[in-house]
Order: sequence, then structure tokens, then C-alpha cells
Amino acid sequence: MISLDQHREALNQSGVEMLSLCRKQLENARDAFFTHDSDLAEEVIRTENRVNALDLKIDRDCERFIALHNPVASDLRFVLALRKINFDLERVGDHAYGISKYIIEVDTPIEDRLLEIMRVEEMFESALSMLDDITDAYIEADAKLARKVFKKDKVLNKINMKSFKIISTEVRINPESIDQFLLLFSVIKKLERIGDLVTNIAEEIIFFREAEVVKHRKKKTFKRGKEE
Amino acid sequence: MSKKEKGIVIDKSIKRKHKLETKGVKVFYDDFMAIKGIDMTIKANKVTAFIGPSGCGKSTFLRLFNRMNDYVDGFRLEGEVRIDGENIYKKKINVEQLRKQVGMVFQKPNPFPKSIFENVAYGLRIQGINDKRYLSEKVEDSLKQVALWDEVKDDLNKSAIALSGGQQQRLCIARTLAVEPSIILMDEPTSALDPLSTAKIEELIYELKEKYSIVIVTHNMQQAGRISDYTAFFYLGELIEYDRTKKLFTNPEKQQTENYITGRFG
Repeated sequence: MISLDQHREALNQSGVEMLSLCRKQLENARDAFFTHDSDLAEEVIRTENRVNALDLKIDRDCERFIALHNPVASDLRFVLALRKINFDLERVGDHAYGISKYIIEVDTPIEDRLLEIMRVEEMFESALSMLDDITDAYIEADAKLARKVFKKDKVLNKINMKSFKIISTEVRINPESIDQFLLLFSVIKKLERIGDLVTNIAEEIIFFREAEVVKHRKKKTFKRGKEE
Repeated sequence: MSKKEKGIVIDKSIKRKHKLETKGVKVFYDDFMAIKGIDMTIKANKVTAFIGPSGCGKSTFLRLFNRMNDYVDGFRLEGEVRIDGENIYKKKINVEQLRKQVGMVFQKPNPFPKSIFENVAYGLRIQGINDKRYLSEKVEDSLKQVALWDEVKDDLNKSAIALSGGQQQRLCIARTLAVEPSIILMDEPTSALDPLSTAKIEELIYELKEKYSIVIVTHNMQQAGRISDYTAFFYLGELIEYDRTKKLFTNPEKQQTENYITGRFG
């Protein structure tokens, strides 16, 4: 017989594995993007199968956990949160996959000048840093750490908001580079979306730890614990 | 039954909403303190579940409300147990009247070795009611309330012992309802029943709260979650946490409660 604690720990470990796998996918997609390394991009594409398989495994294990243990209170919040976290991470993996597909489809690397004015590297770094924070928050079950990502997501949103104007100006000056602009625009959108997904994950960690639903709400910083 | 009779605890002509309260209640069995000072208010027309590990005092506490502990050797009470503000342990209380108002359903169905009809009519008969038409109406009404009427209406003279466990328990609830109580105490009413019979009793409890205040002791966490509006967690004779069931089962305030409901101790 597998005890509730053992089952929960196994699920928790699968969550850590999914976090680490999706972070690695995004990191490889970034490296492939900046070095135009199609081999590395291929690797991301191949590894997408592992992400999908782990996604299915976690879903199935969560279902079993609920069916076998009838969890309540923090056990229930944990498994509900993990299901959503898993869903969001799988989407992060999809975006890393999407970015890698562009690298293979586009022959020429993107001009450094464009990358700089569009602040793409900063976006990648912010997204990866958010994934690092959220991994720590998940492992430590620390809602305060989870809240750190809300601020970082604003950087991504800001760059994304400005990108449209920059692109519309640049494309008039260099219409021959339109393909590159469109690709960049897509990558920026994906990175902005990754920021949103990591924010969702932070909300789930807060829900799990504090039984507080913070989604669709202005983010607050407060702490509460149980009475002994 | 004359309402002028001395010792009526609850005057049903005024209202049907009856509130149970305890103030500083301590229960001793000789030197052993089974309940260690509990203040609690149980809301009218709600289902309140008592949960906690064996020996935590929840059944003792439940039985205070119809003075069933009076028979236990060495039982002693400190503090007050009130129904609608009236202390039910004061001297002039008529205990028989109290038990008429506060019905009880036990863990194991305990039909009398009599016919189905006589089982339900029993409480009324001992009150001196023998009017056949009145008894028939009450029996039918009570059996309908527990959704047993359609199953037994053609066999009312058959022995109650021949019924299935689930039917027997519903019959016992009907017997309790026949004397028109206002409060129903249930001590693990489904622990001896199969899942289908359990579901029927749970559905019944949910419907009965329209008319009665129900307090139920259960070891089945999911049952407490499903049927009760409020849940009280007892441990070692103390009331650890008492809150809305939705709150207690999703985000309890106390770590002890969390540990118990998630199966980590107890």
C-alpha cells in the first residue's frame, strides 16, 4: 500500500522534474535562438515528447491521488495546484518548442541590432529568472518567494507593449527585413505569454500555501499561517 | 399530549428553531474528565457534525443533549447545557419530555421485535395515544419522511426485523420522527450500513434539516463534508475547532485539525 504522504511526495517530485525540464527547454531555446544553432533547436523539439509524457503522467497521478486518498485541506490544495501548475508548465514547454521551430524554419540569424532594440535577451533572461524563482518557491513551498515573480512579469509586459511600436517603425525603414520582424514579434509574444504562465504558477503556489485565491486580483503581499 | 404538562422543554408553538448551547461544560466519569470545559453554540435547522478520534469525547458530548449520560456510572456534569436558553440539567426538567423533543438515532439499527407499524407507533403509544386514525396518519407521515413508505406500505404488519439494515435504520429514524422531536442526535448512524443505504440516509439527513436541528457524530470524514453545514473537531475532551464545514475541510485554522482530517493522526 502506498501511503498518502508517499504518494504526495512522488507527485511533488514529478512537479520538480517538470519545472526543471521546462526551464531547460526554454534555456536551450534561448541558446539556440541567439547562436542560431539548429541542432540545439532540434533537441528542444525532440525533448517536447518528454514534456508531453510527463504532463500526462502528472495528470494521471493527480487523478489517482484524488481517487485513492480523498484528499482534503492542504493535501487537496496541493493536488489541485499541481494540476494547474503542470498545465501551465506544459504550455511553457510548448512555447520553447515554438521558438525552436522558428530557428529551424528561418535560414538567416536575426541581426544583433534588432535583437538589441527589441530587448529580446532581457526578455529571455527575465523569463528564465522567473522560472528559477518559481522553482525555488515550489520546492520550498514558499508563497513569499512565489510573489517575487509578479514584479518580474511586469518587465516582460512592458517590453511586449513597446515592441509593436518599434516594429511598425522599423518595418517602414527596412521593409526587406519584414520576415525577421515578424519572427521577433512572435518570439516576444511567446516570452510575454511565458511570463503570464509563470505568474499563474505563482498564484497556485500561494493558493496551496495560504488557501488564498489571488488570481484576477491585484497582487498583495501578506502572510498568514496556522495556529498551533 | 397536553402542552401544559410540567417540564416541557421546548414550546413548539412558538418556533421550530431550536438552538443548543453549552457553557463551560465538563463531564466526569468518576475522576476521569471526559469533557474539559466546552462552550459551544449549535445552530438551529443546520446539520452539525462532530468528528474526532475514538475517545475524544464527541459521543459523550452528543449524549449530553438528551441526558443519555445520566445512566452511566460515575457520570457528573459541571457547567450548563441549554436548549433555547433553558438549562436541561436543572432539577425540574422532565427528562422523558426532553427525550421526546430531542430524538436519537444510534449506530446500529435497533428496531423492536414488533411489526413495522408498531415500531413507528411505539413512541406515540407510550405517550398514551391510541387513536387508530391518528396513529395511522403519523406512521404513514413518518415513513414517508424517511422515504420508506413506498417500500413497506403493503407490509406494515410484518416484523421490522425482516427489513434490511438500511431499511431498519430508516425505520428507526421514522420512529424518532413520529414523536415530533425538534432536535435529532445521531451517533454514527451509517457506520453499519452499505454505501447505498448510507447514501439514502445522508440524503434523508439533508432533507430533514429543513424541519429539525441535527447533530451527527461520524468517523467518516467525507460524510461530514457531504452532509453537514458545520463541523466540530474534538480531541482529548476539548473542542479544538468548530467552523463552517466548507472552511474546516478546505482550510482549517488549527494544525491539529488539519492533521486529523488529512489522516495524519488519530
